[in-house]
Amino acid sequence: MPIVASLLCGFVFGCGLTVSGMIQPAKVLSFLDVFGIPNGAWDPSLAVVMAVGLTVASIGYALVQRRPPLFEKKSLWPAKKEIDQPLLFGALLFGVGWGLVGLCPGPAAANLAMLSLPVAVFVIAMALGMLVHDLWLGRTASPAPHSLAGTAAADG
Amino acid sequence: MSNFTPISAAIGGALIGLSAVLLMAFTGRIAGVSGIFAGLINPQTTDRAWRAAFVAGLITAPIAAAFVGYAVPTPQMPGSYITIVVGGLLVGFGARLGSGCTSGHGICGIARLSPRSIVATCVFMATAVVVVALTHHVFAG
Repeated sequence: MPIVASLLCGFVFGCGLTVSGMIQPAKVLSFLDVFGIPNGAWDPSLAVVMAVGLTVASIGYALVQRRPPLFEKKSLWPAKKEIDQPLLFGALLFGVGWGLVGLCPGPAAANLAMLSLPVAVFVIAMALGMLVHDLWLGRTASPAPHSLAGTAAADG
Repeated sequence: MSNFTPISAAIGGALIGLSAVLLMAFTGRIAGVSGIFAGLINPQTTDRAWRAAFVAGLITAPIAAAFVGYAVPTPQMPGSYITIVVGGLLVGFGARLGSGCTSGHGICGIARLSPRSIVATCVFMATAVVVVALTHHVFAG
């Protein structure tokens, strides 16, 4: 059952990306292009996606927060609180990559359906970037293989 | 703002929020795509099945949408493969170092009012805006 539930959730997420248009990197870039405001090229759609998504998620999380999940023993809410250097530097690097291409992990994965070579190349590079962090840096930072517990409890 | 699509954006946003809530209610997990995807490809992971299922759902969605007649756009990607590879590496590495991406921090984290996620989202949004300003306006070919 948890597998079926995850499949359904991934599907609903992908439908959200498709319907909202966020699957199109050019649409994301036209949101990020705030200097397009004067000539009317700016597209605020992403702000609406986030505002509505956040409203639904906030209310929904508040409702399910105190209950254990239906198909697992316990919920893995992220516990980390401090704003540290890896968070800031990681977000900075992520922002550069996102601004260069207009793709973040969700739309990148969903776009694999489009069988586009540039998208496939992006996803392979993204996977490589993740592995470099998780296998190489993760090991030097913490010799004990607890990094997976860290993965589960990470913010996202 | 001729390309502004508020209604479809609102419906899509609601679906993304709903997906995050359902994944927590069913499996107790945060719907952060970078974390889910990274765990799927990491050879040390032990819980690969639900991750694979989530990603499979993500990929199936646009196919199903096209099947019912929705015009799924062909992704417009940068012309240079160097840009694509550099962008992909930075998105993958940065999302892991920063413990999340647009979904994990931007939706799930801010919905929990996590200070880490609010800061991370502000940082990557601001950075991306600067990068787009540079590539589209300052160094625009």
